Amino acid sequence: MTLRATVAELVREFRASGRIVIVGASLAGLRAAETLREEGFTGSLTIIGDEAYEPYDRPPLSKQVLKGWVPADHTKLPRMREVDADWRLGVAAVGLDRDTKQVRLADGEQVPYDRLLIATGTRARQWPNLAEAALHGVHTIRSRDDAEQLQKALAEPPSRVLVIGAGFIGSEVASVCRELDIPVTVVERGSAPLVGALGGVIGEIAAQMQRDHGVDLRCGLGVSSLEGDSEGHVRRARLSDGTTVDADVVVASLGSIRNVEWLEGSGLAAGFWGVGCDAGGRAFDINGVVTDSIYVAGDVARAPHVLYEYQFLAMEHWDNAVFGAEVAAHNMVNLEPHYRPHLLLPGFWSGQFGVNIKSVGVPPFGDEIVFTQGSVADRRFAAAYGHRGRIVAAVTFDHGKWLEYYGKLIEQSGPFPPPPVGWDQPPDMKPVPAEFPDPRVPTAIPDVVLTGHAPSERTAEFRPRRH
Amino acid sequence: MVEETPWQQALRYANRANPYPFYEELRKTPVARQPDGTYVVSTYREIVTLLHDPRVSSDPRKCPVPAAAPAEGAVEAEAEPITEAVISLEPNIITQDPPEHDRDRRMMTPHFVGPPHSPHLISDLEPEIRRIVAGLLDDMQGKTRIDAVDDFAYPLPVTVICKVLGVPLEDESRFHRWIETALDALDFGPEAASEEMQSRLAGGRQAVQEFGQFAADLLDRYARQPGPGMLSALVNEDGPEERMSQGVLASNALLLIFAGHETTVNLIAHSVLTLLRHPDALERLRHRPELIVPAVEELLRFESSVQFWHTRSALEDIDIAGTTIPKGAPIFLAYGSANRDPERFTDPDVLDLERRDNQHLGFSQGIHFCFGAPLARLEVQIAVGEFVRRVQNPRLVEDPPPYRHNQIFRGPRHVLVDIDGIRD
Repeated sequence: MTLRATVAELVREFRASGRIVIVGASLAGLRAAETLREEGFTGSLTIIGDEAYEPYDRPPLSKQVLKGWVPADHTKLPRMREVDADWRLGVAAVGLDRDTKQVRLADGEQVPYDRLLIATGTRARQWPNLAEAALHGVHTIRSRDDAEQLQKALAEPPSRVLVIGAGFIGSEVASVCRELDIPVTVVERGSAPLVGALGGVIGEIAAQMQRDHGVDLRCGLGVSSLEGDSEGHVRRARLSDGTTVDADVVVASLGSIRNVEWLEGSGLAAGFWGVGCDAGGRAFDINGVVTDSIYVAGDVARAPHVLYEYQFLAMEHWDNAVFGAEVAAHNMVNLEPHYRPHLLLPGFWSGQFGVNIKSVGVPPFGDEIVFTQGSVADRRFAAAYGHRGRIVAAVTFDHGKWLEYYGKLIEQSGPFPPPPVGWDQPPDMKPVPAEFPDPRVPTAIPDVVLTGHAPSERTAEFRPRRH
Repeated sequence: MVEETPWQQALRYANRANPYPFYEELRKTPVARQPDGTYVVSTYREIVTLLHDPRVSSDPRKCPVPAAAPAEGAVEAEAEPITEAVISLEPNIITQDPPEHDRDRRMMTPHFVGPPHSPHLISDLEPEIRRIVAGLLDDMQGKTRIDAVDDFAYPLPVTVICKVLGVPLEDESRFHRWIETALDALDFGPEAASEEMQSRLAGGRQAVQEFGQFAADLLDRYARQPGPGMLSALVNEDGPEERMSQGVLASNALLLIFAGHETTVNLIAHSVLTLLRHPDALERLRHRPELIVPAVEELLRFESSVQFWHTRSALEDIDIAGTTIPKGAPIFLAYGSANRDPERFTDPDVLDLERRDNQHLGFSQGIHFCFGAPLARLEVQIAVGEFVRRVQNPRLVEDPPPYRHNQIFRGPRHVLVDIDGIRD
């Protein structure tokens, strides 16, 4: 048999009777499973998820569910086709042994795999003071259970809600509170809401939007401590300027943490920033060498992006979970030259204060911004972000139907500022600094060190920083 | 004699039943300049690009549609095309650019499309639509030959749109005649210069004017005495934004009455015709009625109700597909061709009721995406689904059937069908 025929036979055999394990039973995990079956994989498929629920959709949790329009358990993701999988729900993966190719579960079981997909996503960053985080009335929002509890708390209703952090989730929660006519205070360390994702120019518009809707927005401040009553219910927050806010519901929206702890010791390039992988979803080991049998998709994946100088980007976007999973799954049951790249143009949406906010590209990659369509005063506009004379991202407020146009310009590395539109031009079309926060802020990223001397034993190692 | 371009050939009445071979030729030049200076865009990718390009205007006042060549010896005034009569009306959402377009559409949306303001508006019409469809099929009991257009496709949408808008159904015969007259006078092909078409023009222009007056009168009535439906709601709107002027409102009312049923009639008629031409598909749909949802999308791709649109123009030079559409040039977007573009759809001439990734342009895309799409989908799904379920052994009498004159709203004038009976 020729080598080519042997390889083809191996692929056929793997598709017929291989063992694939997916760790992570959310959007990416489900779509990957569906794609595997779609691609003709008939072997055994195991899907492991630490939550007891079947895969559900998250975007409604901070919007329709909180408003009480949709019960939290009505967010199950639609199934595109039968996946015929062995579902291990309610049990977390706690370890990965790449030598024996097994995933270790919290209940002690070992699940063997031929190919593994890591789709463990992220979790909400909890309020760092554990005692304060345990107070009744302190919430985060990431899971179905979180949303259900917070919805109940909002339905009471509380006398005031304190939202810590004005990113997208925090701003959406604040918006829901105002829609429910609940007084709300938002405390944000940065200069404005959404500043990390969209920069200070757009942040200022978002800030005005919040204030117009009666949000007590306080920027450039932190929360120093939370205080509870004798029954252990949160009552008050002390801010970094010494003032206090009385609130009986506190929502900590402090961003997310990637679920990589279970991969410790596995020798994968997994850490604070996610699991490194190539654009085809193949995981890198700690040395930056691509693996053959381990793939990554969704929020936890971090891959080089051709449009952004091949920087490694982790994208917590819905589309990224879907398309990344499809690509990874495709590549899991194919070989070169049939690999596909995951070349998604990032994009996300948010609904808050009656405005539909959408973005395409990577806004923080830009350093300038220009308003291109519509009216900032009416909060209906499009704006483009530029970097060194080319367009790298765009954001729209109630102008989402134009994103396709900007997406195409970004894909083509179009000029910045982009060509002027034919009508509905804003009065001022001069690019200005986009005002993203200085990236040189200290973080808790661990060090990677090189060890070994001989070329054959030279290897990298994580040295977590401990305070 | 100068040879006609594929586009001109596609627009000839003789080719109305099957313009597709000419579209195929046309797509070889995705952006094709026509002798009158119009740029016809026929490929999927290029049309989508232009639909999302903010340098493209939809407002014919910014760049008039080229007048059809006057017939030999015709007096200048007679050569004024019917489109001028339409343009002489105030703008409506389809002939407006932002920000006016956005504002007016935003005001109309809550009264018609539904979500997010009134999410049940369309779905609540379902019982009424089912009742009408059932009645039409019941009326066929005992017949052995029906006209799928007059007996079935036409009455449903017109009844529904009258109800939604609040137009008295008894006026139906009047505006039906105006619409027919106007459409028969509207020609974008080489035959526009013919004596016959020239003679229809005057009638068409008058019909548009009378129709406009009818809409204005109706709105006046609702301004004095509010009534049911969307038009009354718009006249008496008391929202945060400035109310639409009476002229703009009348123009939009005319648009909605017209577009609210004309396209749906053609879609139902074409659906019946297409299914009768594809007995396998018809059988499959009979056995798997749940396929009606993707089936209607495929039927809409296969025989687009709006074959092309004609009021767009370039406000700047636009480079596309190796061509520069110069500033000021009219742009025709040929949806009917794009929906058969093999670069986008596998085997585009094959009817596949379960086609995947069927993002056809039957409702267009971008900010002018069909306002009535949710209503049209519901009507056609119910109508075609019930036709397939209840009509026994339907057979086409005449293929191809006679077509109506207009090219944009292309559809059969009659579809005669022999039937064995009507099931319960």
